[in-house]
Amino acid sequence: MDHEHFAVSPDWKWYILLYFFLAGIAGGAYVIGALLRLAGGAGRDRAAERLAFLVAFPVVLICPILLTLDLGSPGRFWHMLINTTPGQGGVNFVSRSPMSVGVWALSLFALVSFVTFVATLSEVRGGRGAAVRLMAGAGGSLVVLAGALLGLFVASYTGVLLSVSNQAVWSDTWTLGGLFLASGMSAAAVVVAQFARRRAGAGTERRLAEADGWFAVVELLFVVLFFITLGAAGTAGTVLGHGWALLWVVVGLGLLVSLLGLARRGMAGAMAVVTPVLVVLGVFALRAVIIFSPQ
Amino acid sequence: MSVTISAGTAYGFFTDTSICIGCKACEVACKEWNQLPGNPPHFLGDSFDNTGQLDDMNWRHVQFRETTSAQGGPAWLMMSDVCKHCNQASCMDVCPTGAIIRTEFDTVFIQQDVCNGCRNCISACPFGVIGFSGDTGTVHKCTLCYDRLQAGMQPACAQACPTQSIQFGPLVELHARADMRLVALQSQGHDPILYGRDDNVYGGLGAFFLLMDKPESYGLPSTASAVRPERNNAPGYLGALLGSVLAVLGGLIAFRRRNETEAQ
Repeated sequence: MDHEHFAVSPDWKWYILLYFFLAGIAGGAYVIGALLRLAGGAGRDRAAERLAFLVAFPVVLICPILLTLDLGSPGRFWHMLINTTPGQGGVNFVSRSPMSVGVWALSLFALVSFVTFVATLSEVRGGRGAAVRLMAGAGGSLVVLAGALLGLFVASYTGVLLSVSNQAVWSDTWTLGGLFLASGMSAAAVVVAQFARRRAGAGTERRLAEADGWFAVVELLFVVLFFITLGAAGTAGTVLGHGWALLWVVVGLGLLVSLLGLARRGMAGAMAVVTPVLVVLGVFALRAVIIFSPQ
Repeated sequence: MSVTISAGTAYGFFTDTSICIGCKACEVACKEWNQLPGNPPHFLGDSFDNTGQLDDMNWRHVQFRETTSAQGGPAWLMMSDVCKHCNQASCMDVCPTGAIIRTEFDTVFIQQDVCNGCRNCISACPFGVIGFSGDTGTVHKCTLCYDRLQAGMQPACAQACPTQSIQFGPLVELHARADMRLVALQSQGHDPILYGRDDNVYGGLGAFFLLMDKPESYGLPSTASAVRPERNNAPGYLGALLGSVLAVLGGLIAFRRRNETEAQ
């Protein structure tokens, strides 16, 4: 529905853009690791699975730093978690606020990805500690499943957070959660593939390229839905005018190489080097144009 | 006008724009009482307005909207804008820290010692009322003079208004006064509207207005556009769920067990 907007800009800039970008990669990497573990061939993609888990935690560790730096009062970051209203106290969880739900999800995801990271690192180094034993059995699969669900949430809730506002563009569409998730998974797939190049076989690389392609298909679907919903709201011009169209070209190039990778089941030669760069730039540009253009 | 103020009663403002003369006494009184230095003055080129907008330094803003009268001559729409203290406050809905509370006077108040400056409320407020201060690292808006109410005094702006365009009191009384004023103006051939008097705008506004033109002319969302951010929670999460299902499906297709030659 076409709503007139009189809200002013919250002035969310580079810290938020970087956070949205890294949250997508961290969540996406963990989900890819989980899919490789739970659905891939037994041991076939073990190296890529480990790398995915080893990527997720360090990346998610940067996220709260960015969020804290963006606050007007960084020393009060914990007010998101603990109620400091005089006479009240206790835990702060506001279910109707995606920012509140997201902070909790991010905290839990960081915890689960830390456990997975420690176990994976220990395993890589030939350790047989408690974490390795836990992760090897059915309990480990449950931890990975929980981490994957949290990863999906962390990679997508940032879009919902923007939508739950009265800003032009952000509040005119329901597609941002799915769009951020699919694009985050796409970026994560190429990042994991880059780390896996020397440690995993050509088959794993091919499968990661195919996964990136499928994530790009989902992203493309959500881009189309995004513009349909903005068209109905009369705000599509906001994300296309004032030179923003150039960023959409970058988004389009990233999608194009991912889809080509799907069609060809991987890229060879110079394209194998260029593809991950274009994909990551496209995912970054997508978030930049959506965050900055309405502000 | 003397008002006895007691906790547990809903208080607010009735701003009658038909008698606003644009003197800005409300802006001055607000800044004086709340010790707001204001922004550095600069020429906006917008009629007699040199305030610009509501923000962390301006909790009252007198708008000057130059328009044309029914007779074809020049006319001004003047309105002293302020936080609406909505019954269904969008800022409260999204605040992750619980810093924004409803007081014992049914007004909306930002606790400065709880706010951490995330600015989520700014993105949610449909009226563009809340402003961020780099000096305090928190957000600010009209408190409806919470400190004065606690001391039994009416808000500074209402006390300073020389034409009683801004009236303060129990909302029940203000509604009755507004209804009478509406009838009086209609009998004189005008076509005013009461904005936010009923619950069709954010459940009713604690600071409601008598307007001489449509709301959009004053920078206010129409009844149809007055929507809450939380309306997008369910569709937003469902969109994320749809994306999750499709992406996981794509991953399963790519990583599924299948007979293929491994060139490892």
